[in-house]
Amino acid sequence: MSESLLEYDFDVIIIGAGGAGLRAALLLTEQGHKVAVVSKVFPTRSHTVAAQGGINAALANVTPDKWEWHMYDTIKGSDYLGDQDAIEFMCSEAAEIVRELEHFGVPFSRLNNGKIYQRAFGGQSQNYGESQAHRTCAAADRTGHAILHSLYQQNLRSGTHFFDEHYAIDLLKSGEQVCGAVVMNLHDSQLKRLNAKHTLLATGGAGQVFRTNTNAAINSGDGLGMVARAGFTLQDMEFWQFHPTGVAGKGMLISEAVRGEGGILRNSNGEAFMERYAPRVKDLASRDVVARAISIEVTEGRGCGPNKDYVLLDISHLDGDLVRQRLPGIRDISMTFLGKDPIEEPIPVFPTCHYMMGGIPTNLQAQVVTPDHNSEQAVVDGLYAIGECACVSVHGANRLGGNSLLDIVVFGRKAAQSIDAELKANTRRKISEADNLEVILARFHRWQLAQTTDDSIARIKKDLQTVMEQGCGVFRDLDSMQTALDKLLPIEERLMEVGLNDHSDVFNLDRLAALELENLLIVAFATVQSALARQESRGAHSRVDFPERDDSDWLKHTLYSHRLRRLSYKKVNLTPQHHAPFEPKKRVY
Amino acid sequence: MEVLISRYHPDKDDEPYMQTFEVDGSQLHSDAMLLELILHLREIDPTLGVRYSCQEGVCGSDALNVNGKNLLSCTTPLKSLKEPIEIRPLPGFPIIKDLIVDLELFYQQYKSVEPFLQSEPLDPQQEHLQTPKQREQLDGKYECILCACCSASCPSFWWNPDLFAGPAALLAAQRFTIDSRDITTIDRLHKLDSPTKTFRCRHIQNCTASCPKGLNPSQAIQSLKNRIVKGH
Ligand SMILES: Cc1cc2nc3c(=O)[nH]c(=O)nc-3n(C[C@H](O)[C@H](O)[C@H](O)COP(=O)(O)OP(=O)(O)OC[C@H]3O[C@@H](n4cnc5c(N)ncnc54)[C@H](O)[C@@H]3O)c2cc1C
Ligand code: SF4
Ligand code: SF4
Repeated sequence: MSESLLEYDFDVIIIGAGGAGLRAALLLTEQGHKVAVVSKVFPTRSHTVAAQGGINAALANVTPDKWEWHMYDTIKGSDYLGDQDAIEFMCSEAAEIVRELEHFGVPFSRLNNGKIYQRAFGGQSQNYGESQAHRTCAAADRTGHAILHSLYQQNLRSGTHFFDEHYAIDLLKSGEQVCGAVVMNLHDSQLKRLNAKHTLLATGGAGQVFRTNTNAAINSGDGLGMVARAGFTLQDMEFWQFHPTGVAGKGMLISEAVRGEGGILRNSNGEAFMERYAPRVKDLASRDVVARAISIEVTEGRGCGPNKDYVLLDISHLDGDLVRQRLPGIRDISMTFLGKDPIEEPIPVFPTCHYMMGGIPTNLQAQVVTPDHNSEQAVVDGLYAIGECACVSVHGANRLGGNSLLDIVVFGRKAAQSIDAELKANTRRKISEADNLEVILARFHRWQLAQTTDDSIARIKKDLQTVMEQGCGVFRDLDSMQTALDKLLPIEERLMEVGLNDHSDVFNLDRLAALELENLLIVAFATVQSALARQESRGAHSRVDFPERDDSDWLKHTLYSHRLRRLSYKKVNLTPQHHAPFEPKKRVY
Repeated sequence: MEVLISRYHPDKDDEPYMQTFEVDGSQLHSDAMLLELILHLREIDPTLGVRYSCQEGVCGSDALNVNGKNLLSCTTPLKSLKEPIEIRPLPGFPIIKDLIVDLELFYQQYKSVEPFLQSEPLDPQQEHLQTPKQREQLDGKYECILCACCSASCPSFWWNPDLFAGPAALLAAQRFTIDSRDITTIDRLHKLDSPTKTFRCRHIQNCTASCPKGLNPSQAIQSLKNRIVKGH
């Protein structure tokens, strides 16, 4: 049994082996620190592997480009909620970080001159909004796979220590400092106490909170749950990206690369309807704009199929060889899951939950911040967060395609640099003795003891996902969100009462699902409460009852404390360090 | 429909046995993949052990042996399977629980071929140039998802998983010997010149037949061997 706690000491533990965690691990191991990476799945099974389209950097290999233009596009795409200092930093690091990935072995597609291939993606422009930019560096349509595997491979080279198939349960704390985590080996439920000078969260997204999504089963927001239970806040949780082109009725992603290569969305009249919503850039408008357009087409009766509940993504006019070469993965998905070869037949698509813009608030050094009585941004000693679980915030209210893969490696490296500098400057830092172990073990033991009941974890999870989809989807209003909140309370009660069917210690998936569901529920509460309060429409948060953006009242980040079930707010950074600020303007594409 | 699943819980069972489930097919989508059936069974019996994650065939978690063939459950249409459907864990690996196997040796073999690019150090202002033709060489080699379908169908690997690198590892090895950016080809080929590690492959081609990503490890191994024999 898991009673005896094994104990280990590390300079740094990294929870998560996706692109973010692995980029950080590589630098820290190379610098000679004692590092451990914890992942609930074997590293190459992390969901970064599913990213398709590419990673943005102003390499200017195809069209003239400057990182300042990328910065502008990202700020505009974020509907001005992104922090301009963070966006400036990310975009200015992009070119170097992508070349570095190439040096690590990423098999990028190539141009005739031997340089990295770059494709067009939504929301990307040359010269501050003029013409379409080709900025998204791609390895065919398997860019995430290529990046994740290459980073894992380089970590093998550097000798990083992994705890594979280990599940992080909660953060160890000593007062308000974080000093490691309690993790469980899934193979035998053995609990391990990983004491660390620095703890880095890289646990990825939480798309499982919605019924139809492009996320993996493992994307359950565990890092957010851990942070919330530790008493820290979550930021901007009302902002969820619904990707316009999920496979209708199923959810898996059809990358924006399809439209980047020339694909066109059509309604039941065969009309290329994006011309009406974004006359200039049409199908390559920002994702929130395209997702709303599709929803409107369907609600107004111009959907396709027997139930008129989707639109079509058409690439039949593109050259077949180009599709085979540039979009092989997409063609594969379409043929496998729909039995349709997109070279001949259009793909039925509908918006699907894809990406969490919000997350664990951090500063530019990737240190987790939380409000206290002195400041709205007090640093949590010993805790860092990067990647999709973090909110620094570079995506604001709406993320541009190709910017998340960039975010995870830029801030993965940055976090590692800050931790490395801290370890070198402060060689006498000791690991603190945790004082919250009892609480952590008590929560875990409750699930060990939970007797079988009629209700089940699987049923509660399905109900949660349905509530969220109905209440907080592409379009929301007071009624839909209040209903969702009212329904979350009984779901919370059911989760307190429910028992488990599996009582073994070997790969107990029932217990694992229970722990994950506790995290998803926190994510759900954070989402609904933050969304209910925000009385405007901005980026992916589209309220029917408040259709306009309202900068005078709402140009601010939401902070949600789960412990207090209370919201507070913090300023958006509008003062980049080098470039002149970009004043909020009306967003048209 | 009738489904037989191999069950084994180490705390209660001495050895694996087959359990029969009668499933009402109307509970599933008409175009359901095998994974949907398995998840349905997990709702009936939450103690059923199986790995899965991305549900679209890129994470490589859910490789199984079904009706005698290795495949990914999330990309295999139920309709393509003859009844009764017999679901077993990947053969050749120790079973941890039900359909979950211990892949440690598989991963060890992968790590043993130094599956990472070793290139000329370059300052971060520059890219290693690679022509589209050179890059094309990597197609069919880099897309491996480490699902282990291939190695788990290879008799040579079953007999000597500790000595023979197996098709997945050798495919990775081949990928780095032909990447125009890698500068250690000769050293790599030298290290692979081993009667057990590489030459244990008997070209039975089970590996290629079972790869759910349509890759061709057998051909990659053939080409590796040729280059080793020819002295590179
Ligand atoms: C289908 C799809 C396509 C996409 N395409 C693109 C694209 O083309 N371009 C782009 O920029 N972005 C894209 N994105 C977004 C991008 O891929 C993700 O945001 C990004 O990869 C997240 O990386 P990450 O490292 O933060 O997390 P992940 O890769 O999700 O990794 C999370 C890690 O945390 C671990 N973990 C989580 N919880 C625990 C726990 N409790 N204990 C232990 N370990 C834990 C997991 O095991 C995993 O290793 C796409 C996303 C999807 C879903
Ligand atoms: S070709 Fe070689 S590696 Fe593939 S199955 Fe046969 S013996 Fe195994
Ligand atoms: S070569 Fe194919 S079968 Fe083998 S591990 Fe890779 S993807 Fe799986």
